Amino acid sequence: MIWPVLTALLSHWRRYPLQLFTLTVGLALATALWSGVQAINAEARASYDIAASTLGEGQFDRLVPRDGQPFDQTVFVDLRRAGWRVSPVVQGDLNGIRLIGIEPLTAPGALLPINAANSADLTAFLAGNGLIRAAPDAVAALSGLGQVIADDAIAPGTAITDIGVAQGLLGKAGLVDLLIVDPVQPMHQPSVSEFAPELSIQAARSGAEVGRLTDSFHLNLTAFGLLSFVVGLFIVHGAIALAFEQRRAMVRTLRALGVPLRLLVGVMVLELLGLALVSGAIGTAMGYLIASLLLPDVAATLRGLYGADVANGLQFRPVWWVSGMAIAVCGTMIAAAGALWRIGKMPILSGAQPRALALTGRRNGQVQGWVALALLAVGCVLAATAAGLVSGFVMLAALLLGAALALPVLLAWVLGLLQASSRDVVAQWFWADARQQLPALSLALMALMLAMAANVGVSTMVSSFRLTFVGFLDQRLASELYIAVDDQQQADQLFGVVSGHVDAVLPIQSAREAIAGVPTEIYGNRDHATYRDNWLLLQSGPAPWDAVAGGSGVLINEQLARRSNIWVGDQILVAGEAFEIQGVYGDYGNPLGQAVIDEHRFAALFPDELPRRFGLRLDPEKVGPLRERIGQATSIPQANMINQAGIKAASLAVFDRTFTVTSALNVLTLTVAGFAILMSLLTLSAMRVPQLAPAWAMGLTRAQLGRLELLRTCFLAVLTGVFALPLGLALAWALLAIVNVAAFGWRLPMFLFPVDYAVLGGLALLAAFLAALWPAVRLARTPPSALLQVFSNER
Amino acid sequence: MNVRFVFLLLLWPLAGWAQGFAGLGASDPSFARPQRGYEFQFPRDHGAHPDYRIEWWYVTANLTGPDGTAYGVQWTLFRTALGTGDAVGWATPQVWMGHAALTTPDAHHVEERLARGGIGQAGAQGNPYAVWIDEWEMAGSFDAPRLRASGVDFAYDLALSAKGPIVRHGDNGYSVKSAVGQASHYYSQPFYEVAGRLMLPMGEVAVTGQAWLDREWSSQPLAADQSGWDWVSLSFDDGSKLMGFQLRGAEVFTSATLIRPDGQAIPLANGDLSLQPLELAHVADRNVPVTWSVRVPDHGIDVSIVALNADAWMGTSVPYWEGPVQVRGSHSGVGYLEMTGYTP
Repeated sequence: MIWPVLTALLSHWRRYPLQLFTLTVGLALATALWSGVQAINAEARASYDIAASTLGEGQFDRLVPRDGQPFDQTVFVDLRRAGWRVSPVVQGDLNGIRLIGIEPLTAPGALLPINAANSADLTAFLAGNGLIRAAPDAVAALSGLGQVIADDAIAPGTAITDIGVAQGLLGKAGLVDLLIVDPVQPMHQPSVSEFAPELSIQAARSGAEVGRLTDSFHLNLTAFGLLSFVVGLFIVHGAIALAFEQRRAMVRTLRALGVPLRLLVGVMVLELLGLALVSGAIGTAMGYLIASLLLPDVAATLRGLYGADVANGLQFRPVWWVSGMAIAVCGTMIAAAGALWRIGKMPILSGAQPRALALTGRRNGQVQGWVALALLAVGCVLAATAAGLVSGFVMLAALLLGAALALPVLLAWVLGLLQASSRDVVAQWFWADARQQLPALSLALMALMLAMAANVGVSTMVSSFRLTFVGFLDQRLASELYIAVDDQQQADQLFGVVSGHVDAVLPIQSAREAIAGVPTEIYGNRDHATYRDNWLLLQSGPAPWDAVAGGSGVLINEQLARRSNIWVGDQILVAGEAFEIQGVYGDYGNPLGQAVIDEHRFAALFPDELPRRFGLRLDPEKVGPLRERIGQATSIPQANMINQAGIKAASLAVFDRTFTVTSALNVLTLTVAGFAILMSLLTLSAMRVPQLAPAWAMGLTRAQLGRLELLRTCFLAVLTGVFALPLGLALAWALLAIVNVAAFGWRLPMFLFPVDYAVLGGLALLAAFLAALWPAVRLARTPPSALLQVFSNER
Repeated sequence: MNVRFVFLLLLWPLAGWAQGFAGLGASDPSFARPQRGYEFQFPRDHGAHPDYRIEWWYVTANLTGPDGTAYGVQWTLFRTALGTGDAVGWATPQVWMGHAALTTPDAHHVEERLARGGIGQAGAQGNPYAVWIDEWEMAGSFDAPRLRASGVDFAYDLALSAKGPIVRHGDNGYSVKSAVGQASHYYSQPFYEVAGRLMLPMGEVAVTGQAWLDREWSSQPLAADQSGWDWVSLSFDDGSKLMGFQLRGAEVFTSATLIRPDGQAIPLANGDLSLQPLELAHVADRNVPVTWSVRVPDHGIDVSIVALNADAWMGTSVPYWEGPVQVRGSHSGVGYLEMTGYTP
């Protein structure tokens, strides 16, 4: 009996191909956005993992030269002979490839794509015949340099070979760039500074911070993907609800013919499953396409912002298909659960009423309003109390869902007010008809609102981040020219050349120490207007800069303050001496704690740390000539001089790549929402002929009716947009003030961008207009005979 | 002590190297071959012989703490050449492997180190005498070296002092290993007296005792039908010493040297020595005999040896059992036992 029932059910789609299309495309779009975003995230994460395993980034402490210059490998031998289990690494750029030379016999086991257990590899490695293992994308660039083997386990753009081979290829004979410290060390060891004073230990954690930082980016993407999927689910829910309503008559007939209810529901689930699988496949394929188009920008963003390497090319990962299909099936079932439940509960002979949907909608309105209110209340309570990541997300979910449910209620209320206040007959009919359409359109409008809110929220967050970031750059890069020197002699040369040509020379010196258990960089700053004028303090004592200059005060960054919960007025120990916190400043993107004390106190506490970098204050116009003069009169290479303008431009260029991704996703979600409106209107239009026919009969022309349809949709879109704006701002606030703090330890100030919101509103209106255009045109072209027929068929 | 040739060449985990050696064949002419009639040149021969494929410095010591507690110490440096010659820097074919162990009655600490030759991280030279890998070293003079090693949870620092002559095994140090003529250059210094300290997790212990150094180098791997071997070096209280081993295979092959208190070496032929397991212990998922009957009937030796700590498992990249033993029976004394090839 299954087959006849299935064909009977499927015949519905033959009669309403547009609904089938809506369902399939809605689900496919939702799946596409979700799986596309997931694909990007997965690809990036896989790249980090490979990078981590390639060089043990973040896993191992490293000994790095203080001056950043490669050092003699005898330092490695001396340290080994002193009882330090370290392993040398030499690295450099070769034909655009990052070539890493490692020493397999001393490298910690987890470090390498090869290990001592894989004997053939090791033999080839040590045999000195130049075996190079390279990421597949790096093989071509290295051809001819030795025996190059492609290896998927190596980070993109990277190649690994024996240290001896690498030294030769990189022209670094006898030199190493860093030493990896084995986590296993013998019982007794001298201190590193005794044997290798030129090296300093870099804790493993600092490398792992790449993951923490990039997480913020992925979090944004994931939030976007999830919102898009929810928007898509609204479409699917709408389409399924409509289809099931229209099939009530068929269900009644089938059941009257003796089909058991359980079988009927089972077959319907089967039917939906089939639809979900097909749409899921289409969606996942589309997601792959989206991901492959966006990935190069994402990769560029991550590389620029955080120095994290991500492959440009997308690899096929079966897990996407599985997760894409799973989310499509789950989404369909969630969307259909209500409809299936209603079918199951329906009395066997319940009539097939064409306006059943609208009538149930009105009945449910009140319940929906109360649920919405409850959810919004939960959201507000959480907003005041939420501290962690999970409660932050729960709050977001409550807020979005509550707002979405509240939308139809609010719209009905506004439309009711408008109807009551209008006197003109056509106007009254216009508002009344809008209210009557509302239940059918509300799902699409919810989708539109969520899409707009997501856009407002995410773009507010990104733009706020950008503004903060720019401000932060201004604060941090206040000097016009930065110069690094190798030794005191170069520093003296520099002073000689610049004296009289610059307004100030600000030494930049730092030391590393744990403060309140947090690894911290301690800076010794000169008391200068540059800092007083530019640095923005999030929290400060009465005269923070005077206290710092006086020697007793310290300024700390927000990360240190939040991690150790120390704030203005608290005391901290720096190199064993007490300082009182006088201010907390924003320090975005820095994983480490930071503390600023007076330069004289610094010199007394850290006599070995001499300033190696200097910030020069001068007229920006004169930067170029001064650079040239320094280059001619001193041995400082041009590479050690950096223009502030150059750094800023580079940083911002990188940041703006992020926008490419967010704006692309903005457009996509709006498209999905517009599509939802189009589909709702199209499915409605056939049902609406009986309602429009009397208006036509009373003298409204078809063209007028069409224009009114268009106007009504646009008005509803504008109204939705008005509600979406505060929701979006609430979303942005939650992301900046709750989720960001929980995830990354700093709170971003929130800025408003009215112009952007206006543009977004315009785009949403455009989407609604385009979506309503075709149904309106169709309506305007409805043959009079079709309208007349309504009266002949009068029930 | 040819067993250790087999040990290195067959069981060094880098099977690729072994295949490389096999490919080169036992008579690879590019490596130097041991010559009968060669007179050791000291101190030069205390250092490395890079022209030979394989070589080691092998020290075992039986020590006693102030409270009479027995301890055992092992310090071993292996050298393997992946090819002939001794190019400088990273291009050298010389690879070094060090094993250090410290055994107490209830603990066994092990550490392994690997190093490339050519850059100074590991090496061996006769004059001034120095054999080292990382911070481990046996250096000073051959007759009175300082022996040091350390690991995660142990370290030792011992002063050795030779109280007897160097012992040449086989024919004046030319030690024939098989009927087809494979051989090695092989000498020992079994007469070191030891004083020093052990660093253990619970603290430092001052110790005294005796140590035994084996020096051997060759280029010729043995035929490899044996499944493993059992090897002992025993120091009897009367001042005499016994080194002996058996290769387990289709046929058991034994070899031994009896050393008189004055250092005179008496080579024993195949079959003169009898090694019989008496008791098994479950170690590292396998059964290993940790009590043996050792007999040399012709010389009136009939003793049983008992491991100080049955758990003296060397969980290194080549796993094996090596630890101190107590000797009882016709003679009493101390010694070291090494066993390989016992599979789970």
